[in-house]
Amino acid sequence: MLFNEPHPLETRVLTRRFGKPDTAAIEGYLADDGYQGFLKAAKMTPEQIIEQVKISNLRGRGGAGFPTGMKWSFVPRTSPKPKYIVVNGDESEPGTCKDRVLIENDPHQLIEGVLIAGLAVDAHAGYVYIRGEYRYLIDVMDKAIAEAYAKGWLGKNIQGTGFDFDLYTHTGAGAYECGEESALLESLEGKRGIPRIRPPFPAVAGAFQCPTILNNVETFCAVPYILREGGQAFADLGIPKAGGTKMTCLTGHVNRPGVYELKLGFPVKQMIEEVGGGMRNGKKLKAFIPGGSSCPVLTASELEGANMDYDSMAARKTMLGSGGVIIMDEDTCMVKAALRIMRFYAHESCGWCIPCREGTTWLKKILTRFHEGQGTRTDINLIGDIAKNMLGRTFCPLGDAAAMPTISIVEKFRDEFEDHLNGKPCAYEPAGVVTV
Amino acid sequence: MTFSPQLEARFEKLLTSYPPGRQRSAMIPMLMYAQDELGCVSDELIDEVARRIGVTPLQVNEVLTYYSMLHRKPLGKYHVQVCTNISCLLYDGDKLYEHACKKLGITHKEVTADGQFSIEEVECMGACSWAPAIQINYDFHHYVTPEKLDQLLDGLRKKQ
Repeated sequence: MLFNEPHPLETRVLTRRFGKPDTAAIEGYLADDGYQGFLKAAKMTPEQIIEQVKISNLRGRGGAGFPTGMKWSFVPRTSPKPKYIVVNGDESEPGTCKDRVLIENDPHQLIEGVLIAGLAVDAHAGYVYIRGEYRYLIDVMDKAIAEAYAKGWLGKNIQGTGFDFDLYTHTGAGAYECGEESALLESLEGKRGIPRIRPPFPAVAGAFQCPTILNNVETFCAVPYILREGGQAFADLGIPKAGGTKMTCLTGHVNRPGVYELKLGFPVKQMIEEVGGGMRNGKKLKAFIPGGSSCPVLTASELEGANMDYDSMAARKTMLGSGGVIIMDEDTCMVKAALRIMRFYAHESCGWCIPCREGTTWLKKILTRFHEGQGTRTDINLIGDIAKNMLGRTFCPLGDAAAMPTISIVEKFRDEFEDHLNGKPCAYEPAGVVTV
Repeated sequence: MTFSPQLEARFEKLLTSYPPGRQRSAMIPMLMYAQDELGCVSDELIDEVARRIGVTPLQVNEVLTYYSMLHRKPLGKYHVQVCTNISCLLYDGDKLYEHACKKLGITHKEVTADGQFSIEEVECMGACSWAPAIQINYDFHHYVTPEKLDQLLDGLRKKQ
């Protein structure tokens, strides 16, 4: 089982069962109050369920942070069309590896969250979309689904509640873009993962053009607790306007990288020093990305007083994002980091929108030139100009995701770009090895 | 085209997993699971999947070219995928990739002459907290050092 040593500063809500023997099996889940949230929800009206989710202040954990209760309330329950629940398990944002841990260790928690969502909007079928690289998780999920059918927690008249629900896994095949909700729906329908224009939003016309709840794995995993313990109990774990905990992936130059469940509003400094065990080799922190490579980077001084929550990060002009924290020490070349991030977005741009397709490619070329010591002074401004021209000009946020970190790196680490001018080799890689 | 009974069972389940008239949804999972068995997506497989889900082979082809994990040419028996994205890069994933290329004598998307190994520099595979990471076929390996990589590859070579 993939999980790291728990840290005493964690608040284990979604991960409460991690570390027990065979946590993925249904027997253990049922013994630990599993599916009790569903049974409670089955006695409530859809309005009451959605109200509890609203009270919980749960916000989407995939990266956008949209209030989940509100999202659910947009689904027209009385529509004659069938409704669907779709789980976004396409986790591909660089720095993010939390959904993987949640599915591997406790798949029934996810199934229960999906069932509750089904009750809330009168949906009777759902799909768990899992990225193709996570093939073993599809097996984990298929096994859990089979167990749930065998024990009467999926299928017809679940536990005598009169509620029917069918759940299926669906594999992706390698495409970051399919983590974007509308591209995911296209992919689920057997098409290229290209974003749809919105409105209509998936709540109204999602999977198969029917009303759909589409949330991240972690979001659904929080729902059983909310129904079992009440929305207020979840809200109280976090801070005003953002309830509960956040699965936080510490990656990069800390002593104890790992996935930790921390209360929203957890101080960044404490997260790095205590949970992460401090900077590796006693080095200084140079750059910090709070939630996946699409977030603008912060410098050490900007982290003074910062907390891991939506508002604290927004105040610093970045985002909490997916919880994929990337920590870079003083020996990191920021030009190389910017180039590697841009190479990723250029590779993953689906090509639908020209500003993204062309912008990422040109930026990759310019940054490559820079890292090879061939950049010119005017290029430094050109990088920012191209990136700014991509912002807000695409169907989906991939263009922004590529532009935002780039703009922030050029602004905050301009001196490093200047250090690369005039054929100077990268100071951090004296051998001049350019591999990215 | 004939497939193994397991794959046939999987296809049958896939074709009933989606609403009526939406069998096209099964396309990508069918291609993925068939590729695992056959090694790559052949022309014949495209025709077969198209027939079963009721679309044209061209429609299958235009979708599959979008997805990086669907391959039209056979990979090595062991497909070594090294992540060099940012979190792995911070743990020298790029150097690990170079090491793997040297060790196997091939580079990005190439296959060794004996067909045993292929290599691919891949994007983030969701192993960021256990970097640097690689996947060999679908198996994850975490905290991979060049020495550990050598052991892994030598072990697979002996297994042949």
